[in-house]
Amino acid sequence: MLGVVNLAGASTQLPELTAYPPRRSRVHEASGPLAASFALWTAAQVGADLLWIREGWRSEQLNPLGFEGFDPSRLILIQTKDQTATLAVAEEALRDGAVPLVVLELTARIDLTAGRRLQLAARAGGTTGLCLIAEGMGSNAAETRWHCRPVFDPQDSTRQQWSLIKNKSGTIGAWHVRWDSKAHRVTVVSPARE
Amino acid sequence: MFDGTQRRIVSLWFPRLASDRALRMHAQNGPFVLTLRQGSANRVHCLNEAAEARGLYRGMPFSDARAYCPDLSSLQADPQADRRFLGLLRRWATRWCPWVGIETPDGLVLDITGSSHIFGGEEVMIAALRARLCRAGLSVQIGTGDTRGAAWARAHHGEDAALEDLPVAALRLDPETVTSLQRMGLRSIGQLADSPRAPLARRFGAELLLRLDQALGRQAEQIGPEVDPPHYAVRMTLPEPIGLVSDVMAGTARLLERLCAKLKDHQAGARILCLSLRRVDRAASDVELRLARPMRDPARILPLFERGVAEVDAGFGIDQMRLEAVQVEPLPPEQVTHIGPRDPGRLDDLITRIGTRIGLENVQRFLPADSHIPERSFILVPAAYSRPERGWVAPRPRPLILFPPEPVVATGHEPPARFRWRGMSLTVGRATGPERIAPEWWLQDDNWRRGLRDYWRVETHQGRRLWMFHTPQNPGWFVQGEFA
Repeated sequence: MLGVVNLAGASTQLPELTAYPPRRSRVHEASGPLAASFALWTAAQVGADLLWIREGWRSEQLNPLGFEGFDPSRLILIQTKDQTATLAVAEEALRDGAVPLVVLELTARIDLTAGRRLQLAARAGGTTGLCLIAEGMGSNAAETRWHCRPVFDPQDSTRQQWSLIKNKSGTIGAWHVRWDSKAHRVTVVSPARE
Repeated sequence: MFDGTQRRIVSLWFPRLASDRALRMHAQNGPFVLTLRQGSANRVHCLNEAAEARGLYRGMPFSDARAYCPDLSSLQADPQADRRFLGLLRRWATRWCPWVGIETPDGLVLDITGSSHIFGGEEVMIAALRARLCRAGLSVQIGTGDTRGAAWARAHHGEDAALEDLPVAALRLDPETVTSLQRMGLRSIGQLADSPRAPLARRFGAELLLRLDQALGRQAEQIGPEVDPPHYAVRMTLPEPIGLVSDVMAGTARLLERLCAKLKDHQAGARILCLSLRRVDRAASDVELRLARPMRDPARILPLFERGVAEVDAGFGIDQMRLEAVQVEPLPPEQVTHIGPRDPGRLDDLITRIGTRIGLENVQRFLPADSHIPERSFILVPAAYSRPERGWVAPRPRPLILFPPEPVVATGHEPPARFRWRGMSLTVGRATGPERIAPEWWLQDDNWRRGLRDYWRVETHQGRRLWMFHTPQNPGWFVQGEFA
């Protein structure tokens, strides 16, 4: 579990980022405009290969030149034709355990059965699953649910706000974070610097 | 070079190889021709005896042939299949002697030195050879001789003639040389052999004398027996039909072991495997396996077949199994090192399994591409057919997410102070730029019709950090991406 990292000169004790990195052998959810960034930073911090499953028809695409901290050559992108295929591939990949982190972009709400199947597959494979969902489309089976959005800051243009809006085994909270490229990890920063 | 034993060469010429092959499959009487499209005309490529008797000849226009002979039946020629067929005949001919070469385009040459006695002498062997080929429906002319040239000459220009009496065309010369020799009055090989050599060499070059010497045995000529390409297929016939998945997998395991041993001998790895299961009722179903990496490890390949085998309908049972490596790639042994991923094969196996579900081309990875155009600065390629590459260089910060440009209502060269995008009203807190990117004029791209682009990194007070561009040549503002 990640400890507290103080920015130089910060006088107050910053709150600890709880439930991060997401627990292994579970499936988590992330929503908001920067859910993709959440997935990539998590993969970069854990130092893991990444399997990214998405539906091939979507016009929005990841730009590997915009990855911060994560090496694009460690990513394998799987283009499926619909959500059923996405879930099937995700279950297989989670159960296999060859790739520690599996990210799947969901376009429709999944029911409890599908969510539970993903959880069981993650537990069998000892892998972490991360569903990128639209807001309000969460499944009850998820272990944690994060909401990630960018925050405007006069000095810093990489700052994000991560809100833990569901946590099955702990408290929730909200943090301002940024990527520390020297320490190669996500650091909590003070929201008071506005 | 040679130890005194007399060499004996047999040359086989199949004068109607193509049409004989076609008639073997579609047997019919009456005149028959194969046509081949040459330029814009359909011409007669090969014809059977009945068609020859009606006055047709090779190379005549097919429409003329139809006019002469209204009851003519025809098929399209397939020169590739003819070559394959000749290859099969070559393989068959190795039953007579080990040294069998191909005389392109429609002959074989056999070095039967020391092997004819096994079949009861040369005459008996030739008769048996001819009988078998005739039974197979192939017209053949067989020439024997002490040299390859002599055998060829007899096969093409008279089987029992003395070499000296054969025309000069029997020396495997090009037609111009033959015509010139005939004009000089040198009609037979004997006449040619008796003429002085030096003027001939001056007039026709070394080729003529080389052919003459080869035919007469003064110059050695080799027969290149071809090596059969390795055949990566194994089969198994079962005394009793099987139907359980576990039984089929056990059979597959046995086949795989044999196939992989063969692959290992040739330092090759299978890329595409095809398991054909033939049922008792003669129906067959194929299980195709496309591997993410060339492989030859039976223990790793076998589990990958599970999904495909489970889907097969066994019907009344399966009694024949055949496993073929359809596509094979070289796979030299690699040095074992401690550097690199701990278990590189595991990810490949996962890719293979996902590939059997959704298609191997849908499992992709990013590779860097050399372009300033944002959407062309990387390419997506199938992961199974590429290796990860390094060299990701972004000269300036690039957005995390790219989408097709979405127009924004704004004017001027600087980013607007406030604008609406995707139903959101946004105010600009900070704008960094411009970064000018020119279209690649050497590529046609409709998205870059508006010309130059000035890119700005726009941070809004609402939080969203957008990648916007202005097109000065054709004024307009667009949003193309979003930063992390």
